[in-house]
Amino acid sequence: MAKASAFTPDSEMLRVNDLHAFYGESHILHGIDFQVNRGELVTLLGRNGAGRTTTLKAILGLVGRRSGSIMINGRQVIDLPTHRIAHLGIGYCPEERGIYASLSTEENLLLPPAVNSTGMSLDEIYEMFPNLKERRNSPGSRLSGGEQQMLAMARILRTGARLLLLDEITEGLAPVIVQALGRVIAQLKEKGLTIILVEQNFRFAAPLADRHYVIEHGRIVEMVSKDELDSKMPLLQKLLGV
Amino acid sequence: MDIFGIPIQALMGQLLIGLINGSFYAILSLGLAIIFGLLNIINFAHGALYMMGAFCAWIGLNWLGLNYWVALIAVPVVVGAFGMLIERTMLKHLYKLDHLYGLLLTFGLALIIEGLFRYRFGISGESYPVPELLAGGFNLGFMFLPKYRAWVIAVSLVVCFGSWFIIERTKLGSYLRAGTENPQLLQAFGINVPLMITLTYGFGVALAAFAGVLAAPVLQVNPVMGSNLIIVVFAVVVIGGMGSIMGSIVTGLGLGLIEGLTKVFYPEASAVVIFVIMGIVLLLRPAGLFGRER
Repeated sequence: MAKASAFTPDSEMLRVNDLHAFYGESHILHGIDFQVNRGELVTLLGRNGAGRTTTLKAILGLVGRRSGSIMINGRQVIDLPTHRIAHLGIGYCPEERGIYASLSTEENLLLPPAVNSTGMSLDEIYEMFPNLKERRNSPGSRLSGGEQQMLAMARILRTGARLLLLDEITEGLAPVIVQALGRVIAQLKEKGLTIILVEQNFRFAAPLADRHYVIEHGRIVEMVSKDELDSKMPLLQKLLGV
Repeated sequence: MDIFGIPIQALMGQLLIGLINGSFYAILSLGLAIIFGLLNIINFAHGALYMMGAFCAWIGLNWLGLNYWVALIAVPVVVGAFGMLIERTMLKHLYKLDHLYGLLLTFGLALIIEGLFRYRFGISGESYPVPELLAGGFNLGFMFLPKYRAWVIAVSLVVCFGSWFIIERTKLGSYLRAGTENPQLLQAFGINVPLMITLTYGFGVALAAFAGVLAAPVLQVNPVMGSNLIIVVFAVVVIGGMGSIMGSIVTGLGLGLIEGLTKVFYPEASAVVIFVIMGIVLLLRPAGLFGRER
């Protein structure tokens, strides 16, 4: 019961302890520990293949096998099937964006079932992402990369998810679209959403994030808070190889 | 009256048979396409389940006194439930493996199901009477159209296009399409994908059983009726393109008609014409007429 008492109900959204994950025989995560408070924006940094994407997938149970402890809102989810975890209020935006080619833009938008009643309405979504309104009847495959990314974000905002797992959302996008995404993320943070950002683009993530976790070889090796960013910059650069 | 030296009565008669066969091809290949799309399994048991549908209707009538109309609703439900049992106990272990494993398992199941019915009923076949309401026919002047055959074609079209509409135009169908494309992500959005897979297999099997009930009064109810049909249906699926819903329907009906026409103009080729077309399509468009490379 030690784990239960470590939970602070007022502020803690997610607590991950000793998380191991496997794809078949390969052992990818070797005991990840981190926690995210309500309303916080936390990034997972690291080199390619360090285990950042796998960490997000493991939270949702999208890996072959996982062990350890994952508490969402004080609830242990390590043994829950993926679809039940989603209903605890998690919105997932995968690295490849996951726009369905055989569905129209609006069908994509309406696909994930609402997990509570606090989600944005279709009108609010279209106000935030006017391009999507114009393209509502286009098949998902016809959207540009930026539009696809907006759709992938909009899709999870409609459901009322309070914890967003966003994987490389700026990858391959034009600077002007990256800026627009930055504004969207800032708005969501203002609304009190909790966000975990896996991000290659440190300049995008740094001004938005409250804390940064650095992952190396499937373990958290460093935690840097916003205030320590300047003093720990040399260390970060060494760890990330930038 | 003749067309190309063929009496119009004979031509229309064969076209009608072609449309009837085409209706069965369409319903069966539609079910196969839906199942392959979501489960990644080539359901070789489809013919046996179609046969089971016809036999359940026969058993219902002769042992339980349930008439055709009850069978038309109840048999797909019962055989569909049997399909869901197969999915839950056997097929679900195969999704991550190559297509070949699913094909082998369902082929084995087809042999077992067929064997059991042969053991109990022999292969001489049973007859199923046309329901009273649909006995007789219409004299159209140029041909005699039996009511039951008109009914089979009409209800098959409704079922096929109804299924197409549900899959391509409704919210429920958007889950099925999304599950076919990327089931993992769909589950991460909170959809119970394993349950959806079970229900989808049950639906595909129920379609086969429905075709079996429809076929009972036109064809002989026979344990081998499924294996006779399924090879042609697989050719239809290959020609139409695996996984395309509209492709399955159009190809099924079209090939039934072509088969019927061949019987009129060159009967010797009627048994192979579909396979000749399959060969040509495979050479020119390996993904099928309506299929996408995947």
